[in-house]
Amino acid sequence: MFKKDISPGSKSKVKSSVQRSLRTQLTTTYPLLAPHIDEIVPKKEQLDAMKIPDRVTLYLIGSTPLFYQHMTDLLLPHLRLVHRFPTCFPSIRIDRGAIRFVLSGATLMAPGLTSAGGRLPTGNSEETRKYGETAVEGEGFYGGRELEPGEPVVVCAEGKVEACAVGLLSMGTKEVKEKGKGPVVEDAHYLGDGLWKLALGD
Amino acid sequence: MAEVEGAETPIGPTEPQSRHIVYCGVCSLPPEYCEFGGTVKKCQDWLQSIHPDLYNRIWSADALEAATSSLSVEARKRAEKDAHKKALKAEAAEAKQAATIASSKVIIKRVERNKRKFVTAVSGLEAFGLDNKKVAKDFGKKFATGSSVTKIPSGGEEIVVQGDVSDEIEEFLLENYKVIPEDNIELVESKVKKGSGSG
Ligand SMILES: [Zn+2]
Repeated sequence: MFKKDISPGSKSKVKSSVQRSLRTQLTTTYPLLAPHIDEIVPKKEQLDAMKIPDRVTLYLIGSTPLFYQHMTDLLLPHLRLVHRFPTCFPSIRIDRGAIRFVLSGATLMAPGLTSAGGRLPTGNSEETRKYGETAVEGEGFYGGRELEPGEPVVVCAEGKVEACAVGLLSMGTKEVKEKGKGPVVEDAHYLGDGLWKLALGD
Repeated sequence: MAEVEGAETPIGPTEPQSRHIVYCGVCSLPPEYCEFGGTVKKCQDWLQSIHPDLYNRIWSADALEAATSSLSVEARKRAEKDAHKKALKAEAAEAKQAATIASSKVIIKRVERNKRKFVTAVSGLEAFGLDNKKVAKDFGKKFATGSSVTKIPSGGEEIVVQGDVSDEIEEFLLENYKVIPEDNIELVESKVKKGSGSG
């Protein structure tokens, strides 16, 4: 979605009623963010909106990007926000071989997740822990409950601590396991893309 | 949409929970991802000098061995080829950027508006990766005068500062925007042609 470089658009202030509703949307979509919402979008700080190409709105406070939204789709976290709160977003993991494809803007395909280095939810919906990778290989947690198509997901990578992409699932994680092929996340926001590099100055 | 203020917020931790992340000063990615950019060597140098501990963790022989052992020989070869291509591309882009900088000029033009009234127009800053709007703001603050970005007929933009401040602007640019070499700044003078007859 952000393969090309983006030049910063003009910022506009978000009305406080809209800011409240965005906070609600965020905590509804990402319940694990709820305890941190006052830190991420403080009630008293001015939230700004920046229009960027392809009908995407980026929300930020000062020069800190927080989340973005394509038209009226679900709010997705900017990767810098994911890095600040990595355990609060449903995550899956790709194997090492898939990293360079994802970082060049390619669609994430199922084999990158079903191979030995990939990780998907266990399927046991009772299981809940803190999401994401840890510094110790094998200790990362990639969810109990299977994720449905259309759900937002953070993409971690084998051998890396920080996440490398975020996007919406075009295939549910159960189906990924069953089929083992096909596109899983299209149009992701990934490290080094236009949104990542967008200069927000101050 | 109904808004339920307050209902959404369970009591959160009082200490900030946000992690602080070091990003690469060269390619901007988390340093563990530098290997996928085209500037690996530069990234390594930067990391080693600024964050030696992080450098050792990421680039130690053990870490590299663990990282590649999971790839097949063929996949490793392809990845290497890909990395090499990227490096060449990055080098070419850098060379091009350097060439643009060498051949670009910032023009500081003194323009006479009325009798003894001057404005100073600055153009060509974009070639040095500078944002006209931001620089205009800096000028305004520095010289406590009107400073704005206007479109010029040839298609680009220029910054128009009220008053004759050519020399001050040159000095200010050299001091604050070190990307511009001194030789690439040119001071010119222009009189507004108001009626072609000479007096
Ligand atoms: Zn780097």
